[in-house]
Amino acid sequence: MSGYVEGVIILIGINIIAVLGVSILTGFTRLFSFGNAGFMAIGAYASAILTTKFNMPFLISLLGGMLMAALISLALGKLTLGLKGDYFLITTLGFGECTRVLIEFLDPITGGARGYAGIPQKTTLLIVLISVALAITVARNLLNSKYGRNLKAIREQEIAADAVGIDTARFKQLSFTVSAIYAGWAGALFAHYYMFITPAMFNLDKSSELTITVVIGGLGSLTGSVIATTVLTLLPEVLRSVANYRMLFYGIAVVLIITLRPNGLMGYKELSASWIKNLPIQVRRMFRCRKEVA
Amino acid sequence: MKEILKIANLTKKFGGVCAIDNFSVTLEEGTVHGLIGPNGAGKTTIFNTITGIYKPTGGTIEFMGKDITNKKPYQVAQQGIGRTFQNIRLFSQLSVLENVFIAGHMDADYDLFAAILRLNKFGKKEKYLRENCIELLKILGLSDKLNEKAGSLPYGHQRKLEIARALALRPKLLLLDEPAAGMNRDESKELVEFINELKEKFKLTILMVEHHMDVVMSICRRITVLNFGKTIAEGTAKEIQTNKLVREAYLGGEDAAC
Repeated sequence: MSGYVEGVIILIGINIIAVLGVSILTGFTRLFSFGNAGFMAIGAYASAILTTKFNMPFLISLLGGMLMAALISLALGKLTLGLKGDYFLITTLGFGECTRVLIEFLDPITGGARGYAGIPQKTTLLIVLISVALAITVARNLLNSKYGRNLKAIREQEIAADAVGIDTARFKQLSFTVSAIYAGWAGALFAHYYMFITPAMFNLDKSSELTITVVIGGLGSLTGSVIATTVLTLLPEVLRSVANYRMLFYGIAVVLIITLRPNGLMGYKELSASWIKNLPIQVRRMFRCRKEVA
Repeated sequence: MKEILKIANLTKKFGGVCAIDNFSVTLEEGTVHGLIGPNGAGKTTIFNTITGIYKPTGGTIEFMGKDITNKKPYQVAQQGIGRTFQNIRLFSQLSVLENVFIAGHMDADYDLFAAILRLNKFGKKEKYLRENCIELLKILGLSDKLNEKAGSLPYGHQRKLEIARALALRPKLLLLDEPAAGMNRDESKELVEFINELKEKFKLTILMVEHHMDVVMSICRRITVLNFGKTIAEGTAKEIQTNKLVREAYLGGEDAAC
């Protein structure tokens, strides 16, 4: 396999892990975050520092990056998860930017705005593939258990979730922390693949990209998130000449999807064998509906 | 008879407005208690205060001998108080089965690792819970709609599903907020039988808010009448029907007529 193709696959894999985190938070708990790139940055820098300054093996650095993101999400969640919808969103936005600026200021530790160089390349295709498989399995198992059901209950109707005995604060925190761990994981893999990281890589653009990918893939669908990430990571590679207009394209895609197909590509559905089997029937039904309307 | 719910001098103020003024009631196990009164009398506020959505300004709420006055909503529910809502609040994107499944979460006592690693224990508990939920939905007559989206059910079924969801908690006390809202005479008659049946089957005590007088009069052993947050009468259906204050509250008093 050529190095280029391998690089693209690794990038897709890393993005999938970060997007899955946002998918759990936004698609299944209805908590919108525009700060997950901040958790990616924390994972990236923490793991990079562990590898280079403390000579830790890659696995330990990886876990260290995830743990660091988890701890910060716990502290942040305590402060902000009591807020309702849009207010919470704004705090995540603030958090993401704060993290980026803080990393720039902590020059002696993080290398500041010039970036952090000299990270050994440890992320291989195999490690990424294993990570993606693990991330998908954990997310799927988590969501298909009482934990995931409780998250969905919060998404659907928070007051009713409370009324059936779900400690909504605790489960929102769970969702937020899992999402941060995934972001930290992706960040650590990212740092050890590109070997050089700067705070600007984890800016608001990156955060919005993650959330937009989840919305395009469809809220409440893991397979939707995976498909959307793959397509959206591949597109700028395939259409190199227009790659600079990526964010423009994202913006247009979101507007189109929210107006034409508000549930996204796969909203609230998972791609499975039975779904594919039923596809012809669904398509037929869709056309019949159209005709009736006409 | 054992006392199951004891509310003493409950008061709730929103700024200068006294939504509940010194409300007291005692529910005996296995009875149905009605809460009636004109719109804005504070009936739903009482429900929301019992279930912890509102913090009371004063007074105490005791459930099965335990003080639950300042407990959070989920803690109250875990103690064994299930409720339905006046404006139906289902998990509407989810299936009928999932709605009940979610409410049974306390029976699924596995931890996060068992869920992620899919340990044996997880499978067993989930299977057991699923069977229980299907059984419950069978009793409520919703078993042929397991995989339908809750939000797309007809209104009557949505009401039933809300009750099913509350029952999945295995409550001792069930709070029904206008279960007969939007029902005609025949439907509400059916509802009365249905509630009586459930009460026997699940050994429930029920506190209900209702505007349909035929429902209230035929099912409630005792009734409390509220007006502007104040209790104006309490007694059996007969006593309430002949109470002068109650008539005035509903039909207007002599001086209020002009």
